Amino acid sequence: MTDVAVELRNVTKLFSSKRGKSSEEVYAVKEMNLSIPRAKFFTLLGPSGCGKTTTLRLIAGFEMPTRGEVFIQGKPMSKIPPNLRPVNTVFQNYALFPHMNVAKNVGFGLEIKRVPKDERARLVHEALELVKLANMGDRRPSQLSGGQQQRVALARALVNRPAVLLLDEPLGALDLKLRKAMQIELKHIQEQVGITFVYVTHDQEEALTMSDVIAVIKDGVIQQLGDPLTLYKKPANKFVADFIGESNFLQGTVVGLGEGMARLTVAGQEVQVSAKAGGLEAGQAAMLTIRPEKIALSKPDGEGLTGTVRDMIYIGTDTRYLISLPDGETVVVRVQDACGCEVGAFTKGEQIKLHWSPEDAHLLTD
Amino acid sequence: MSKLKFPSPGSIYFVVVCVLLYLPIFLLIIFSFNDATALVFPLKGFTLKWYGKLFENRELLRAVGNSVSIGLGSSLIATILGTMGAIAVVRFKLPGRSAFLAVAALPLVIPYVILGVSLLVLFNEIGIPLSAFAAGTAHVIISIPYAMLIVASRLAGFPDNLEEAAMDLGASYWGALLRVTIPICFPALLAAFLLCFTMSFDEYAIASFLVGTDATLPVYLYSQLRFPTRLPMVVALAAILMTVTMAVMLFTEWLRRAGQASTRKA
Repeated sequence: MTDVAVELRNVTKLFSSKRGKSSEEVYAVKEMNLSIPRAKFFTLLGPSGCGKTTTLRLIAGFEMPTRGEVFIQGKPMSKIPPNLRPVNTVFQNYALFPHMNVAKNVGFGLEIKRVPKDERARLVHEALELVKLANMGDRRPSQLSGGQQQRVALARALVNRPAVLLLDEPLGALDLKLRKAMQIELKHIQEQVGITFVYVTHDQEEALTMSDVIAVIKDGVIQQLGDPLTLYKKPANKFVADFIGESNFLQGTVVGLGEGMARLTVAGQEVQVSAKAGGLEAGQAAMLTIRPEKIALSKPDGEGLTGTVRDMIYIGTDTRYLISLPDGETVVVRVQDACGCEVGAFTKGEQIKLHWSPEDAHLLTD
Repeated sequence: MSKLKFPSPGSIYFVVVCVLLYLPIFLLIIFSFNDATALVFPLKGFTLKWYGKLFENRELLRAVGNSVSIGLGSSLIATILGTMGAIAVVRFKLPGRSAFLAVAALPLVIPYVILGVSLLVLFNEIGIPLSAFAAGTAHVIISIPYAMLIVASRLAGFPDNLEEAAMDLGASYWGALLRVTIPICFPALLAAFLLCFTMSFDEYAIASFLVGTDATLPVYLYSQLRFPTRLPMVVALAAILMTVTMAVMLFTEWLRRAGQASTRKA
């Protein structure tokens, strides 16, 4: 078997939307090429309306691609209806059957496949045990809490041992605490059963917590594909840097190039950043990005970029400083309390210096 | 809230409306037990003879039979067709959906007398004789919009991805329909059936044009009004009908609510 569970080749999905009298075609997914590795936790991450749910529905078979082809385990899916695909879905609103009890819900797929009654009962019990609801088989979905319904939906899909499990923002309706617990549990279950999970979410933190591989999508196009660390440390463009975590963006001009680094003027002062070789020349405008926690603050007599403390916000684990640069731009700096700096080491209106290691600041070309 | 010394305006309105609505029915029921031919006060005495006479009347029992078979047949067919229409409208984004809805709802706004005349002309043209069958067909037509609206509101009330979920788990479209959609809609289907039945059972105008010699109960009743001595018997029958109809309507409404409550939380 191949190491690819799902492959999208040049997949485009157009929706026609009517606006007044003129109808126009809108790309939900645009010429997408994507290989989802087997037995991994794969996440489609993007803002709402970016085409991530459409991508999931294309894999499930609820939507057919306008152009291109979806392959599951190497087989083209264009003529295979949803009920014959080796995938199962956990829906956003769980979509449990209200007229059946929990055991019947979980056993639905097995019943359709005519699995004998005894074996069915055993498999249903196993699946409910996996999601820690072993004694809830007789309950109706309406008698369960949101988190429990969510687990039933998961058991109902997993019991069929699909090649790929599709999850459409399954934790969206849960409260924060439960969501955090379920994130860890989902990842744990995925590792336990070894099934490929394709997970859709707009929550970047959730994606980072659970995923082996993340595809960041915007306007139906994959912006970057990679593991959580790469996405966070080396965002491919401004969208990814902005969407995943918090970033500062500073406009500057290239004044000099070195080995793997560049010198830039920002707000009339020179700073150093890491930069890939090539494609850059002196005098070119460029955008620099740096994470708030990678900037250090010091008294104005040292090296670095000069700025003024405009505001400080204490948020428990960190203190957030808003620093005004001479050109009016604002830079966010996060200082961890654990670093030994005293709270209120700097005061409002005070002149300070910003500095960072060149490898933490990146140049973005778009 | 503190106790009110005077009835609140709300309860006064409620009493007024109830009296207006139910006083005539209440009077009818009282007169059905009155031992006199004329429906006037003062009451003469208690009797059950009008009810007794009812059950000796062959013609009347035949009319009841006609009404029941027309009612059962027409409401069964109307419920099936109405359900199909409801699924088409709610689940599929068909072109001309709103036009279809408008056409399907037409029998709701056309006066029954006009519908009766036009069906009389139509059935004459295509050679369907005036009969219980003709009246039943007409009742299917007037019942479809009600059946469709009841089932459509049920379908709209539960997420359509339940059907997707069924298909995702391996069911074909028809499998999903039979295992998920129909069972969930069952209270609505039953409610639609019962409502169509009561409509057909009560309907006079269209039936009077189309039944020919197979008089339905309302048609028969109306014909009996010409004979003053039979009036108390008709009143007794009306009392029975009213009670049964009200019981069926209450049951229908209870079913509808029970159905809604069972899926609202899920």
